Amino acid sequence: MIDSVAPAAAGASPPPLKAPGVTVRGAGLRYDRRCHFEALDFDLRPGETTCLLGPSGVGKSSLLRLIAGLGQPGLSGLVTASDRQPLAGRLALMAQQDHLLPWASVLDNVMLGDRLRGVAPEPARAQDLLQRMGLAAAAGLRPRALSGGMRQRVALARTLYEGSPVILMDEPFSALDAVTRHRLQGEAAAWLAGRTVLLVTHDPLEALRLGHRLLVLAGQPAQLRELAVPPAAVPRPAGDPLLAAAQDRLLAALAAEAAP
Amino acid sequence: MKRLIAPLVTLGGLLLFWQAVIVLAAPPAFILPSPRAVAEALIEQRGLLLKHGGITALEILLGLGLGTLLGVGAAVLLSVSAGIRRFVLPLVIASQAVPVFAIAPLLVLWLGFGMASKIAMACLIIFFPVTIALADGLGRLDPGLLDMARLMTGGRARRGRRWRLLIHLLGPAALPALGSGLRIAAAVAPIGAVVGEWVGAAGGLGWLMLHANARAKIDLMFAALIVLAALALLLYRLVDLAMRRLTPWAAGSAAPFEEPRP
Repeated sequence: MIDSVAPAAAGASPPPLKAPGVTVRGAGLRYDRRCHFEALDFDLRPGETTCLLGPSGVGKSSLLRLIAGLGQPGLSGLVTASDRQPLAGRLALMAQQDHLLPWASVLDNVMLGDRLRGVAPEPARAQDLLQRMGLAAAAGLRPRALSGGMRQRVALARTLYEGSPVILMDEPFSALDAVTRHRLQGEAAAWLAGRTVLLVTHDPLEALRLGHRLLVLAGQPAQLRELAVPPAAVPRPAGDPLLAAAQDRLLAALAAEAAP
Repeated sequence: MKRLIAPLVTLGGLLLFWQAVIVLAAPPAFILPSPRAVAEALIEQRGLLLKHGGITALEILLGLGLGTLLGVGAAVLLSVSAGIRRFVLPLVIASQAVPVFAIAPLLVLWLGFGMASKIAMACLIIFFPVTIALADGLGRLDPGLLDMARLMTGGRARRGRRWRLLIHLLGPAALPALGSGLRIAAAVAPIGAVVGEWVGAAGGLGWLMLHANARAKIDLMFAALIVLAALALLLYRLVDLAMRRLTPWAAGSAAPFEEPRP
């Protein structure tokens, strides 16, 4: 599989209708008598990408589940949308596992949401998304025939196909090779533009390229800390010297938080 | 061709062993007939065997079809809610715990000497493996997939959400498990039919065996037994093949412990 398919014009997907902000109050996670975090308050600003960093096991994915409204033992907190409408039905989640259906073709996997909702799927739009992911030739294949990076891109296409104004992503680019990751990060900024996004990542450079805001979850019990991002508009070029300096500061902050 | 050789070698070995017992122990023909005598019975009585084999085959097939439908229905019912499960599961288990032999006379009494009672028997015996295997498969769906489906349909799904969940997600995911249940069902379905024929029937291989036994025609009884075994093997192969075709993504290794050769 070659990844050199030219990406279609950026921003080709329709901009979501008025993405709401998301307010989280009193988020807490207690598990096995251990308090991972409690009384966390934070906001996702409307139409902005917020990147969430932190050491493994600190509870980033649980925070994502809380916002998605997926219960989990010991997880609590109040999540509201800034427009006071329910978030259900306006939210897409890309989990760490790709959750591709092994029996369905790549194209059918992308359109699963419509099938489950009982509305007519739009193969043309799904094909278009796949083409932008460099997967046009793989549309008819089953997931088993794909590499880990390709699977992750299919999951990304499925998430974007949902057309939700609020998107939660858990390490969406982790399985990609460096070149594809760099290219997709650049394009993701265009796809995600205008949507309210929470992006969990382990990659400081990714957070600095894509995030309008940057949150670090660390400590015991974990606290949220907002770090400054470079002033340039997203996606920030990876070669920006300001980015290098910010990455240094971010790594130092992460290392300090991780120290016992 | 290569796939046919191995079963033929197994069959040949079995025949050799049989012949060896005949030669070495020399049992009287009414205890153990020789392979040759049974082969002659197979050829001479082929019309009779074909007729009664056909009856049994039809009973097995109809029982398998009906039992599968019932099993699938019961499995779906078990998976709908924990409350329903508490009420229905004891019934499902009891249906299997009651020995088929014990209720066979009852079924014959209710449904008559014809095919209906045999179909009911086959149905009863395969209902359990199908139900349990499918219910297990439905219950083992990756919770992450269910979460994803919940988010995709949350707040904006049309009516019939559970039905579509079954068609597009739960059903296909549980299909390999249903395949395991069906393979067991295919292998045990003949028991139900033959037990039914044993208790009271007007035809079928079980009936034929019973009568051959009563008239000390042990070679005919063995011939009927061979036809029954062949029938069961054929049925299993057909079900196995169908499930492989239906679930190509679930094809695993047939011999996972085998070390790859260099």
